[in-house]
Amino acid sequence: MSFNWRWDFTFEILPRLLWATLNTLMAAGVGYAIAVVLGLVLALAQRTGFRPLTQLAREFVEFIRSTPLVLQIFFVFYVGPQFGIRLSPWVSGMVAIGLHYSAYLSEVYRGGLESVPKGQWEACTALNMTSRQTYFRVIIPQALPPSLAGMGNYLVGILKDTPMLSVIGVAELMHTANAIGSESYRFLEPYTLVGIIFLAISLPTAGLIRLFEIWVRRKLGMR
Amino acid sequence: MSYWEFLQTYGVRILDGTAVTGIQFLFASAVAIAVALIAGLGKLSSNLLIRSIAITYIEIFRGTSLLVQLYWIFFVLPLFGITLPKFAAGFLSVGMNVGAYGAELVRGAIQSVPKGQWEAALALNMSPAQRMRRVILPQAFLLMLPPWGNLIIELLKGTALVSLISVADLMFQSKQINASTYLSAQSFGTALIVYYILARFLVTPFMRWLERVMARRLGRG
Repeated sequence: MSFNWRWDFTFEILPRLLWATLNTLMAAGVGYAIAVVLGLVLALAQRTGFRPLTQLAREFVEFIRSTPLVLQIFFVFYVGPQFGIRLSPWVSGMVAIGLHYSAYLSEVYRGGLESVPKGQWEACTALNMTSRQTYFRVIIPQALPPSLAGMGNYLVGILKDTPMLSVIGVAELMHTANAIGSESYRFLEPYTLVGIIFLAISLPTAGLIRLFEIWVRRKLGMR
Repeated sequence: MSYWEFLQTYGVRILDGTAVTGIQFLFASAVAIAVALIAGLGKLSSNLLIRSIAITYIEIFRGTSLLVQLYWIFFVLPLFGITLPKFAAGFLSVGMNVGAYGAELVRGAIQSVPKGQWEAALALNMSPAQRMRRVILPQAFLLMLPPWGNLIIELLKGTALVSLISVADLMFQSKQINASTYLSAQSFGTALIVYYILARFLVTPFMRWLERVMARRLGRG
């Protein structure tokens, strides 16, 4: 087999790949939603004064961050059934990717929270604010802008990691490309198209995130 | 089967896999560092052609997934007449992928070397190559070492993907053991622990040590 790009074949498989792209986007969106919430829990757990909890959250984050996502996906998918918990590929994929990125996002939040000057906390204490008021009205609005860049990077990151879900049979873009490849024995078009589709999503997303960041800063009265 | 028996039976295969992962890691690191230097310097070049090649490379490899790149290099490149053995395809794609991220670190570090250093080198009549090699790069190296520490961990994790083109690394071995024994918690759990030990107790301390040594050599220890 030599290099010859077939346009008819390209147009034949393009609709299928675009449908799969929707699954990829959905996987990234759901995974990211889980990660955003869970990351906040992990970051706040590290800020409670309770040492065992702080230590546990810290170790968990370190462990997740230093082991491969693809292995975690396998772990979640295969270990459940051993103990009688059967998870569908979609559910275990979302759990694994959400957990993985929650560790990264918790670090982003932590950095953001730490970047708020100490005087702000003291001022809240002086004004007799409850800790809930302190967080929601003073700290989080200031911690958010410095965190946005990191959060955006991981949104693109999670999108680019969704192909790993194909290993447990989630029918996203990569999985579909593999299927097309093994049906037709043509790998050039599907894999190249997957690459192009990813570029076409991730480059504009990165640009949009930068614009959003500027917009939020302006809204909050920061430069 | 107790976990101890599991280790006695399959420990050798896990160690074999760990060795392959280690070799993949070393080769991929070498590729990543070389490519990052070339592309990072290329992006700063005044030559438009070199600059656009570097930018294209960086954007393509940062804009798509490692898995896509791996499959492309392994399955599509042969159609262009470049057939790579799976082992080489593995570390080359991991290295090229991480190298694109590294290139941005190299560029950022070079640009953040204070302007006075560039001017001083110019005043001493150094050629651009001398200036880069003897004044700018050593200082840039120190600046970019901490973010490279994170990137190298990403690289180690990236090598797990080469198992998908059946390079017999740690991930591959644990998958095989799982397939033949159905002891998922043991096989994948052991692999997770081994990756954790490699990252936390080998790679991270090494990078810290390198930071200290470099700082001392530049007289900033």
